[in-house]
Amino acid sequence: MAYSIKVLDHYENPRNVGSFGKEEEGVATGMVGAPACGDVMKLQIKVGKGGVIEDAKFKTYGCGSAIASSSLVTEWVKGKTIDQALDIKNTQIADELALPPVKIHCSILAEDAIKAAVADYKKKHSEQVSV
Amino acid sequence: MFAPVYLDHNASTPADPAVVEAMLPYLSAHFGNASSRHEYGRAARRAVDEARSKVAAAVGAHPTEVIFTSGGSEANNLLIKGAAACLKPGVLAVSAIEHPCVLKPAEQLERRGWTLDRLAVDADGRIDASRFAVAMGRKPKIVSVMLANNETGVVQDLGLLAERARLTGAWFHTDAVQAVGKIVVDFRRLNAAGVHALTVSAHKIGGPKGAAALVLDKRIELEPLIAGGGHERGLRSGTENVAAIVGFGVACELAVQRRAALAQRLLKLRGELEHGLRGCGATLFGQAAERLPNTVYFAIPDVDGETLVGHLDRAGYAVASGAACSSANPEPSHVLRAMGVAPDLARGAVRVSLGYGNTAEQVAGFLSALQATVARLQGLTAMAV
Amino acid sequence: MLKQPIYLDYSATTPVDVRVAEKMIPYLVEKFGNPASRSHAFGWEAEAAVEEAREEVARLVNADPKEIVWTSGATESNNLALKGAAQFLAGKGKHLVTVKTEHKAILDTCRELERQGFEVTYLDVRDDGLLDLEVFKAALRPDTIVVSVMFVNNEIGVIQPIAEIGDICRARGILFHVDAAQATGKVVIDLAALKVDLMSFSAHKTYGPKGIGALYVRRKPRVRLTAQMHGGGHERGFRSGTLATHQIVGMGEAYRLARLEMGAENERIRMLRDRLLKGLSDIDEVYVNGDLERRVPHNLNISFAYVEGESLLMAIKDLAVSSGSACTSASLEPSYVLRALGREDELAHSSIRFTLGRFTTEEEIDYAIKLLHDKIGRLRELSPLWEMVQEGVDLSTVQWAAH
Repeated sequence: MAYSIKVLDHYENPRNVGSFGKEEEGVATGMVGAPACGDVMKLQIKVGKGGVIEDAKFKTYGCGSAIASSSLVTEWVKGKTIDQALDIKNTQIADELALPPVKIHCSILAEDAIKAAVADYKKKHSEQVSV
Repeated sequence: MFAPVYLDHNASTPADPAVVEAMLPYLSAHFGNASSRHEYGRAARRAVDEARSKVAAAVGAHPTEVIFTSGGSEANNLLIKGAAACLKPGVLAVSAIEHPCVLKPAEQLERRGWTLDRLAVDADGRIDASRFAVAMGRKPKIVSVMLANNETGVVQDLGLLAERARLTGAWFHTDAVQAVGKIVVDFRRLNAAGVHALTVSAHKIGGPKGAAALVLDKRIELEPLIAGGGHERGLRSGTENVAAIVGFGVACELAVQRRAALAQRLLKLRGELEHGLRGCGATLFGQAAERLPNTVYFAIPDVDGETLVGHLDRAGYAVASGAACSSANPEPSHVLRAMGVAPDLARGAVRVSLGYGNTAEQVAGFLSALQATVARLQGLTAMAV
Repeated sequence: MLKQPIYLDYSATTPVDVRVAEKMIPYLVEKFGNPASRSHAFGWEAEAAVEEAREEVARLVNADPKEIVWTSGATESNNLALKGAAQFLAGKGKHLVTVKTEHKAILDTCRELERQGFEVTYLDVRDDGLLDLEVFKAALRPDTIVVSVMFVNNEIGVIQPIAEIGDICRARGILFHVDAAQATGKVVIDLAALKVDLMSFSAHKTYGPKGIGALYVRRKPRVRLTAQMHGGGHERGFRSGTLATHQIVGMGEAYRLARLEMGAENERIRMLRDRLLKGLSDIDEVYVNGDLERRVPHNLNISFAYVEGESLLMAIKDLAVSSGSACTSASLEPSYVLRALGREDELAHSSIRFTLGRFTTEEEIDYAIKLLHDKIGRLRELSPLWEMVQEGVDLSTVQWAAH
């Protein structure tokens, strides 16, 4: 399989790998995928005042494109509000990384991970968000 | 002692040095399995793809229309049996002068409920046009007519035949293994006229044995002959013979580059050969028909073909007494029988097929060896009488 | 300096031994005759070379040269054996028995036979990859005509109990076919002793060229087949088509070398394989797939839990290895062989097949061990599954979001 330079870069030097402490303030987690399908993504966001994502971390079990897609979204969501983060579409991820058709599902999974993390945040902090 | 002179290029050809040179790295450094995903595999895959493009270019086809097989026989079997397996039994029309690897599969289908129509040829080995038209009236589902015959070298007017077959909706296949490199073979043009599949083989054109291709109009549905792994778009499974396929690609490239000049040179040699043969009292088969520039098929009355080729071999000239595959068969050639040649004369049949390496001196040498042999054999016959 | 990538995929294919290539080349250039040409020395010379090679192939497996039929490779041999036997015996019965871990060349052929009206039983294997003889016996029926079991599995290298299966088949008058593509040069094959009726061989798995194989067809008791490729009646009518002399010569030489050298070679390879296994066994959560004892010394198939297979392959691209068999690794499906062993998908996904061979060195093995240590560690740092397991989560209890 030929990987694009950007996929290789994220795969070789993944950004923001890791996990936040469980009790840290404003942390929400999105975990998507299943081991049986060959990919599991865990995306964590740390949301500060005004719903702005201050930091993000990921861990991914999956192919190079899955690792790259999740690495990329940790960079993209930082500095965005959670609602802006929800505007990130899988097609943007796929375009940025030049994913081949068989790897489009990786970008969909990354989009789902953002949605799951935001949903988790909203669930935990519903009153703040509604303001 | 002189090295024997090879005049049997329709049976097989030596691999061109450039072909061998291209093949060798794929035995050693680039030995990967083309299905493997690591660099060894990818290098092999690239080589197969490149060869596929070369083969396609040589016969005017698209690379995706090329299905690699282990040889011409397999390609012909694949087309005949594979196409039939996807159809309800009906009429199958093949020319009476086909190679056994078309005729035998056709006879197999006959045992499975197909009606086999053996298309007649005229005295010069051309498909008889009026009888062909009648045969098409029986609405065959598969038609196979070789582009050039391996024994006589006679070339069929495929465009015309395909146009007629087209109205029946039949799949039209042509075995072109003897034609490539000798005459123009253009699948796009043939396809436009109604030819749907074509067989080409490496070892007949300066490539290695063990590689050939079925060029296939994708509308034809085929059942594979060899299952297991889904190689070649599922139509032919088995690890690709990378080195031979690479050699095949290069041979195709050379065949096209050399064709025009080679044909001109061989035609001249063939003219000299035929002139000399007539001087020996030979009957030339297929004379009135368009023929490959390299092939002469003849018989000398009252001289047995087997005996003659044996003497010629000892004199240092390798020729054939019929198609290589049936050489062990003492029956006279089925091709000559179909042409209506008398069995006695047919038993004298000898085929000379020239190739890239042959020279005017070799042809002259062959003719004098032939004259001497014939004189001796006829003398023996005369004494015996 | 090591040549990279390091080739550890000898079960996918092997390089042609230089001694083999040297024997082949003259048959492309000066000795290029068609072995079927009976009218001149070019043909006879080619035919003599074909027959000499046939003797060499027969000698490696202790058979009669007349029992060896040339084909274009093991895939064709398997097709000819199964379809040829089943079609010939169709009047006697319609049932075949094979195993779920067979090569695609067998499984796909069986599928085709099913479409032709035959019935096929695909047997499970034990979790060590071996066939349970009791399960096997129970699957046989009065109308069973053909059994096909591979000698050595291509993915996990386990050696099936061919002698025992042969005894059972012979006692019941069932034809027994064995795919031995992965066995030649690795295990001793004695067809005078084994009750095997048909056996498929490949050249390119044993340092010969691609594009050539053979089918052993027993003469006593005589085995009959329906030919699958028709034409000039080559190979006593079993298989028509011009014989590729140089490839046949290559197979003969490759098998001759295998016969002479396999004893010493296999011991050397076993040492290297054991070194590899030992070097990897201090990584947590690695699992060897398939029995380690009844196995060829060339093969080590390991699952690295909690890392994903494709990213693992990407991480160890300095090693030319395969995950699953070469023929199926283009798809993302986990290996059906490992699934048949009862490995869950995650472990099947993260399995690597290392196959060692004639040119593998100790230096290469040591490099591989070090590389795997580094990369497995790095991928596990990235793996949410590994993190959960370290935290004591039982992954089987997790509700995964389907997608």
